[in-house]
Amino acid sequence: MKKVGPYTKKVIEYFKKPHNYGRMKDADGVGKVGNIVCGDVMWLYIKVGKDKRGREIIKDIRFETFGCVAAIATSSVITDLAKGETLTDAMKIDRTKIVKSLGGLPPIKLHCSVLAASALTEAIYDYLSKQERQIPKELEAKHRQIEKEKKKTEKRYKEWTKTEEEIHKKEI
Amino acid sequence: MSKNKIYLDYASTTPVDKRVLKAMLPYFSEKFGNTMSLHSWGQEAKEALEESRDVVAHLIGAKAEEIIFTSSATESNNLTLKGIAFAAKKGHIIISQIEHPCVLEAALWLEKRGFEITRLAPDKYGLIDPQEVKKAIKEETILVSIIHANNEIGTIEPIEEIGKICKEKGVYFHTDASQNFGKMKIDINKMNIDLLTASSHKMYGPKGAALLFVRSGTKIEPILHGGGHEFGLRSSTINLPAIIGFAEASRICKKEMKKEAKKLVVLRDKLIKSVLSEIPGAHLNGHPKLRLPNNANFWFEFIEGESLVIQLDLCSIAASTGSACSSATLEPSHVLSAIGLKPQEAHGSLRLSLGRWTKEKEIGYVLRVLPKIVEKLRKISPFKIK
Repeated sequence: MKKVGPYTKKVIEYFKKPHNYGRMKDADGVGKVGNIVCGDVMWLYIKVGKDKRGREIIKDIRFETFGCVAAIATSSVITDLAKGETLTDAMKIDRTKIVKSLGGLPPIKLHCSVLAASALTEAIYDYLSKQERQIPKELEAKHRQIEKEKKKTEKRYKEWTKTEEEIHKKEI
Repeated sequence: MSKNKIYLDYASTTPVDKRVLKAMLPYFSEKFGNTMSLHSWGQEAKEALEESRDVVAHLIGAKAEEIIFTSSATESNNLTLKGIAFAAKKGHIIISQIEHPCVLEAALWLEKRGFEITRLAPDKYGLIDPQEVKKAIKEETILVSIIHANNEIGTIEPIEEIGKICKEKGVYFHTDASQNFGKMKIDINKMNIDLLTASSHKMYGPKGAALLFVRSGTKIEPILHGGGHEFGLRSSTINLPAIIGFAEASRICKKEMKKEAKKLVVLRDKLIKSVLSEIPGAHLNGHPKLRLPNNANFWFEFIEGESLVIQLDLCSIAASTGSACSSATLEPSHVLSAIGLKPQEAHGSLRLSLGRWTKEKEIGYVLRVLPKIVEKLRKISPFKIK
């Protein structure tokens, strides 16, 4: 297959036939990241089980994403990377690994890989919180960072949307 | 164009008509002279250049000596804004919020250098109110520049009314007619246009040729200085093959425009009607009637445009979007924002622009494929339509 748009063959394959998409009704943890105003929203659902050695693993994972090609492809690839992994290993999946699995992303789309990694972080965080378990230090730090970014974006776009509406009302 | 591929991005660029290419070919290796040379090679080229000037001038009711050939609509628009500004040395310029980026950026550049710029807002259909233009004109106003037909949403502006106002007020009036030159009748006298931009590659001519009509007596400075080509307004060796192509494309458009527009309006309206009725959460951007015969522009709820365009590309259909995710700046289209679309709405925009070789069965194919793609993308999305 030849290149489509600015994307690699792998990105397009994941985009064309995304793996593990759709809502999970009985999820143990959900990670919701992104903002519709920015154009990318990812919801990641996880079901946690145990492997033979009794370690907690991601037994099942699903995503729902609104967004561009890169957003859909990164969502899809992270479900493949995380499925069957122990929670400890899943927490280590970062943007570099995601980008590598896709054979690269255009520089302007690298933020989509950050978004996918954040969605997984948030899903695991949500699971541990619901279980009232102790949150590992690193995960807590990551979660705080994501929350901070989320608030910043919301604030930025709130102002933007408001001014736009005002301008429009005035001028019509 | 290759078979089984459906090109619906004619507003972006058009293929060169084979008749145009045929007219151009002798001007590469046989009739290659420089129009400034005295010898017969040069004179042959000069003659062909002047004949081309006649042809394009005729299309808008201009005199040949009022046509300046340039390399692109961007150049023509830059020459207009900067050339008029430099000649006046100071003053006020009125544009709209939905101009092409080359007008917006040239105006911004002038603003940083002391010129005053007013950017008029359109209504929700993309129409500029002539009365708003009238209100904005003041003593210091040196130029009004309003796009003739919008490149994204296809809205055709009330150019004649705006022209009349500018004439009454004694202000130069420029219009960027890149999208409609050769596709709709333009009469620069009836419409009171002082300067007009047109581009060859939007009307089945080659890239690299465009024009600026400058009414005789207009005070304008060149931005390219040199050998004094194009009546001293645009120095540069003449790109004759491209200009020959531009003229031939104009000749064909003059002959075929009426029939072509009629055919396109039927196909466009079928496309618009079916998309709006068959796809849930689909909306039309632009004016329902006052729009280019070949332009259809929609936005779909909970759809991201880049994903839509790539899905269509995978089905061999070429389209375009004003989504932020597809732009280099990650900002949504300024035109869609100006007509009141929220960023999340502009994300879901899709422009399908038809052209000379668009067939009814191609529109039929798009109407079969598009609803399925929209459905598929919504299936992946956390946002569901009721």
